Amino acid sequence: MSGPSTYVPKSALGKWFESRLPIMGLVHSSFVAYPTPRNLNYMWTFGAILAFMLGAQIVTGVVLAMHYTPEATLAFDSVEHIMRDVNYGWLLRYLHSNGASMFFLAVYAHIFRGIYYGSYKAPREVLWILGVIIYLLMMATAFMGYVLPWGQMSFWGATVITNLFSAIPLVGKSVSTWLWGGYAVGDATLNRFFSLHYLLPFMIAGVVVLHIWALHVAGQNNPDGVDVKDVARDTVAFTPYATLKDMFGLSVFLIVYAWFVFYIPNFLGDADNYIKANPLQTPARIVPEWYLLPFYAILRAIPNKLIGVIALFSAIALLAFLPWLDTSPVRSAKYRPVFRVFFWVFLFVCIGLGWLGSQEITDAYVLSARILAICYFAFFLIVLPLLGLFETTKPLPPSIADAVLAKAKGEASRESAAPAEKSGVTGERAEGH
Amino acid sequence: MSGEATVDQSRRDFLFIATGAAGAVAVAATAWPLIDQMNPDASTLALASSEIDLSAVQEGQILTVKWRGKPVFVRHRTKKEIEEAAAAPLDELRDPQTDAQRVKKPEWLIVVGVCTHLGCIPLGHEGKYDGWFCPCHGSVYDTSGRIRQGPAPLNLEVPEYSFLSDTKVRVG
Amino acid sequence: MIRFRTIALASAIAAAATALAGASLAADEQPAAAPAPVNAAAAKQPTPATETSEEQPSPTRQSWSYSGLFGIFNQEQLQRGFKVYHDVCATCHALSIPFRTLSDPTGPGFSEAQVKALAATYTVTETEPNDKGEYVKRPGRPSDIIPGPYPNPEAAAAALGKAPPDMSTLVKARKYERGLPWFIFDALPFDQYQEVGADYVYAILNGYAKADDLNWNLYFPGHKIAMPKPLSDGQVEYTDGTPATVPQYSKDVVSFLYWAAEPTLVERKKSGLRVMVFLIVLSVLLYLTKTRVWSKAH
Repeated sequence: MSGPSTYVPKSALGKWFESRLPIMGLVHSSFVAYPTPRNLNYMWTFGAILAFMLGAQIVTGVVLAMHYTPEATLAFDSVEHIMRDVNYGWLLRYLHSNGASMFFLAVYAHIFRGIYYGSYKAPREVLWILGVIIYLLMMATAFMGYVLPWGQMSFWGATVITNLFSAIPLVGKSVSTWLWGGYAVGDATLNRFFSLHYLLPFMIAGVVVLHIWALHVAGQNNPDGVDVKDVARDTVAFTPYATLKDMFGLSVFLIVYAWFVFYIPNFLGDADNYIKANPLQTPARIVPEWYLLPFYAILRAIPNKLIGVIALFSAIALLAFLPWLDTSPVRSAKYRPVFRVFFWVFLFVCIGLGWLGSQEITDAYVLSARILAICYFAFFLIVLPLLGLFETTKPLPPSIADAVLAKAKGEASRESAAPAEKSGVTGERAEGH
Repeated sequence: MSGEATVDQSRRDFLFIATGAAGAVAVAATAWPLIDQMNPDASTLALASSEIDLSAVQEGQILTVKWRGKPVFVRHRTKKEIEEAAAAPLDELRDPQTDAQRVKKPEWLIVVGVCTHLGCIPLGHEGKYDGWFCPCHGSVYDTSGRIRQGPAPLNLEVPEYSFLSDTKVRVG
Repeated sequence: MIRFRTIALASAIAAAATALAGASLAADEQPAAAPAPVNAAAAKQPTPATETSEEQPSPTRQSWSYSGLFGIFNQEQLQRGFKVYHDVCATCHALSIPFRTLSDPTGPGFSEAQVKALAATYTVTETEPNDKGEYVKRPGRPSDIIPGPYPNPEAAAAALGKAPPDMSTLVKARKYERGLPWFIFDALPFDQYQEVGADYVYAILNGYAKADDLNWNLYFPGHKIAMPKPLSDGQVEYTDGTPATVPQYSKDVVSFLYWAAEPTLVERKKSGLRVMVFLIVLSVLLYLTKTRVWSKAH
């Protein structure tokens, strides 16, 4: 897919530089001439959106760090100082806090796209696992970032999550003390979380480079899940086709982002985080940010502390085994009618778990959370392995180009005006390649 | 036929230009807050001016006050100091300024206490002219804060100030 | 055949899940105290549904001048609200914002002279020692933070029993349960319910329903509130003819406190409008460009 570059610089300076560091050729072969399946839908724009959001979070984060003070008695006030005194400080803060939510919104769309269309299957297993690593790093980064304003929820969320490690047999308490740098979450914890929160996004960037590299080796998956057979018929150049589509997708995504930042900036947060951290008073309900809620629900559903922690981490780790848990030779859910049903059920299970994660612990809650948690694990451990063996899938199209033409013909025949002419034109264009 | 293609092309070009222009506006609008956030914030600007009470500064005394993070010398000059400052010949000065140009009321000299060479704080009532002497590299200032000897290129800076009353001055 | 298998598989999983969950629930000794990794958190989790036998109504939604896409603050209202804070609330509550912000043109809009005069009525302790090593007390300046009635929360708790919260972020720090469909609608355009905290505080101020128990509040969870009824009719003099009633005081002081918590609201919504319109235009342009370019792909 991505062979040696065909890029030839036009200027003498360009030639001189290119022979020493062929970066222009690399960019050209990876993002300009790179063959992209022509049948990708808008779910494929989330990759570019995620790259943009990583850049946005890093940029807003670096400028916020110019004004933030990572010390327990000063942190909360430094954030208020940013909101009130720093030029555009309110904008930078809201961009960063809502940006984290938008980052996760995009990553969940990206992950669920991958599950639906079988993008994790061979030969993209390493690509998928790199994605899981990025997801884990994102969760760690977001968790530590939420601690920094040193509000009530920052402090108590940190206490709950770092206490998880005390569940480890034998060494648990030492590990917790080591994480805290003290006997409880405190100033030492805040300072190290600030340092790591600044560091981790650059590690994410590194893994993203590997992720894109792995992607370019195998090439993109596509909604039909069939391999590219003829580059000329099945693909288009990345620039301008995919580039423009990504820009449009990004633009629409930015509308949603702007809606949160400018009109409902505190909607996704918790009011308790506008109260300074008080180690002697627990809030009525300790709730993490929305994107961590499904796993929080799984944790709380299990009465045993250690098993709860194991369930929490395995719920995430299970994702990495997806390429081997799913036994079906067919990639895309478009041609797997039974899998499609279970996919939507799984999506609703995740949303249900998310909602339950924010609720009070009552009998009804515990029962529902346990049912849904079992369904979550069942999807990976029972449904996917069995489906591959028993499911009857729909016939796959012979190629991507055929799938695109079939779709166009289907649309054309639904239109009332001159359908014959339309398909004639389509047929002519296809033969032109 | 070619006319149609040209019309199509110009319509296409317009669209590309419009989209490109909108993109450029987006980039500029995004860049400005990122740049402006490094400018002094509201709490710093609020401390841009300070009011100094002069009633406790006796004749001959130099009061040092912190203003915008820097020291400011408020010198209640004696008659002798004022005369010596006014009598200095302009052609002897590296940075020629008359004393009258540097004060509003002759008995009050207000200058920023930062040496114009490399930023050290000069010591008062020191040096040949009994003005200031900078220990870092030997710059000597007179009783009007003007550079007389040493490597400093300019006179001590006179900040913007105004008298709110006989005993109160607002600097900045 | 396949459909039957699908349904069978799905039902089997659902049944097994329910059975497992139900069995585990029965096996629990204390289901309500189930997996809270921190004992403190488990012990302090109140369950209002079972604790209070009396009704716990939700605050009603008020209309605020600053809500919605085009919301702005009403300057006279904020000035009245400041008066209420200054005359009543400041006895116990701090408001840690700088004096100079009171002359914010999109906020209370007091003149610089008024702010200077107001600041001078307060005594402020210097944060840096003087030449003798003393922390001098001096009259306040506009650049100072408004001093609270107590030097720190511990002193306030010693005097009053419990430390009254600082009011600078109070309205953003309060909420009430909106419930399942409603919290989704709160995010949608043409509603954007961001004033949950304001409605809660307004309800509290007007919720002292028992004349014989000044610490009983209809809207406070558990009904027992540490703050006794702070406002009564006619308590604060309004010189502009506005009615001097508790609901009016509450409206004004809550609006003032909302400004204190979110002073950049007007600028935010104004620039928000420009950004949204621009992004919609940009999206349209990009869509047209995209379709134009892609039409040449086939």
